[in-house]
Amino acid sequence: MSKQLNLTLSIWRQENAASRGRFETYQAKGIPDDASFLEMLDIVNEGLISEGELPIEFPHDCREGICGTCGVMIDGRAHGPELGTATCQLHMRKYNDGDTIVIEPWRATAFPVIRDLVVDRSPLDAIIQAGGYISAPTGTAPDANEIAVPKEVADSAMDAAACIGCGACVAACPNSAAQLFTSAKLWHLNSLPQGQPERFKRAEAMVETMEQFFGSCTNHGECTEACPKEIPQDFIAYLNRDFVKSKRVNRTMASRS
Amino acid sequence: MAAPTAANQGHTSSADRPLRATPRSLPFPFSLYQTSVGKKWVMAITGLMLIGFVVVHMIGNLKLYLGVIELDGVSDYDVDHYAHALRELLVPLVPHGVVLWIMRLGLIAGFGLHIHSAYSLSRSNMVANQAYESKRDWLAANFASRSMRYTGVIVLLYLIFHLADLTWGRADWFEHGEVQSNVVNSLSNPLVALIYILANIAVAIHIYHGMYSMFQSLGINNPSYNWLRQGAARSLAIIILIGNISFPLAVLANIIEFDPSLITAGY
Ligand code: FES
Repeated sequence: MSKQLNLTLSIWRQENAASRGRFETYQAKGIPDDASFLEMLDIVNEGLISEGELPIEFPHDCREGICGTCGVMIDGRAHGPELGTATCQLHMRKYNDGDTIVIEPWRATAFPVIRDLVVDRSPLDAIIQAGGYISAPTGTAPDANEIAVPKEVADSAMDAAACIGCGACVAACPNSAAQLFTSAKLWHLNSLPQGQPERFKRAEAMVETMEQFFGSCTNHGECTEACPKEIPQDFIAYLNRDFVKSKRVNRTMASRS
Repeated sequence: MAAPTAANQGHTSSADRPLRATPRSLPFPFSLYQTSVGKKWVMAITGLMLIGFVVVHMIGNLKLYLGVIELDGVSDYDVDHYAHALRELLVPLVPHGVVLWIMRLGLIAGFGLHIHSAYSLSRSNMVANQAYESKRDWLAANFASRSMRYTGVIVLLYLIFHLADLTWGRADWFEHGEVQSNVVNSLSNPLVALIYILANIAVAIHIYHGMYSMFQSLGINNPSYNWLRQGAARSLAIIILIGNISFPLAVLANIIEFDPSLITAGY
């Protein structure tokens, strides 16, 4: 038999981007401790619906830590108290009976609240659209292992590719900078052979799009702590390097065309 | 941009609303300075320059401890010999004082760029950020990283005070070029000594996070020496702190003194 928890929740409610939000207090009674954090919110919502009230909107989709849809500020930490864990992978067994939990949406000027805990993260999509792809014609699919990639490079690209784009790095950053997200997306492609032809175009386009929406990095390091995939800040240094180089390289390229 | 409809309740994508317009593109390298990453680069390079200055300045000041020595038949405080030598750098290739002024102009330019990039980045960060209504639980940000704006302003105010105090001369005891006597006259006032001590604590805190950030901003990052960064930044900040606050303390404790009878007519 699992234990049952009685919790006090302080949750941000807001009708839409234009309206003013406020914290509402809810009593969550008899929450099984093997429920996930989002299942706990489901239970609270069922209670609200049965009382004829509007349920609390919160972002979620896969609920297995791979899609990047979930993400809220829990007691002042992005994705809650467990390091390297997305909100959907957080479980109520980490809490004690009688705890108070404060839940707030991600905050950044580029992430306006859509409703309650759901924010609009489309500027992250704009960054991907600026260069997070490979468009050079590559012909038919090459045979497996035809393009040799050193193991270390493949590992580091894979670490970067682990980013699920949840936006916790922006949410945790005192400057609302999207450096960790952008650098992960950039390094994923820029470190691999297939990414080389467009490397510097990509660096310039993605960073400049990022800067239209987000602040800049002052090396606090909150992003890595918040990241459910624990993306290292080393990638931010690689972004800085590739971007500055891109300004020079792209200028040379332009003079050749 | 999608027109508001009843279905989307007037909601348009926030990707349609950049916080910053793309500026008219200037030629390289100015185009770099138009971006935040480029400004961070400038901040790191000028920061390195300014740290270099602070370290050399502190080492020069250590001469205050050496007292009077005789050089070329002139008996004077060692720090005054040093101040004189600074003005004579590369003489007779260039006139008296010129090299010192070139270094000063470099520092003024470095300070100007450092302050301008800091101001401009802070402004855009403030626009991009929205404060949380609930209490944040910081995991990695520390006092130094979160107070850079404030320690930076303190350092600037202190710099102006310090120039007025010991370069331009704010009181009648000031005598141009007489370093030992000016330092002792200024710092023997406990209130002034306290200003110097507090300001140098801010300098050390600012340098600690600056030194730690610099390599990251410049994209110089190698996982094999990253473990050194924190310790190196902390050691440098502590060395600068100890060196610099030792001067006011030593004057108050009469370890650094000025006795006009010990020197022959100066330069
Ligand atoms: S819901 Fe998909 S990552 Fe959490």
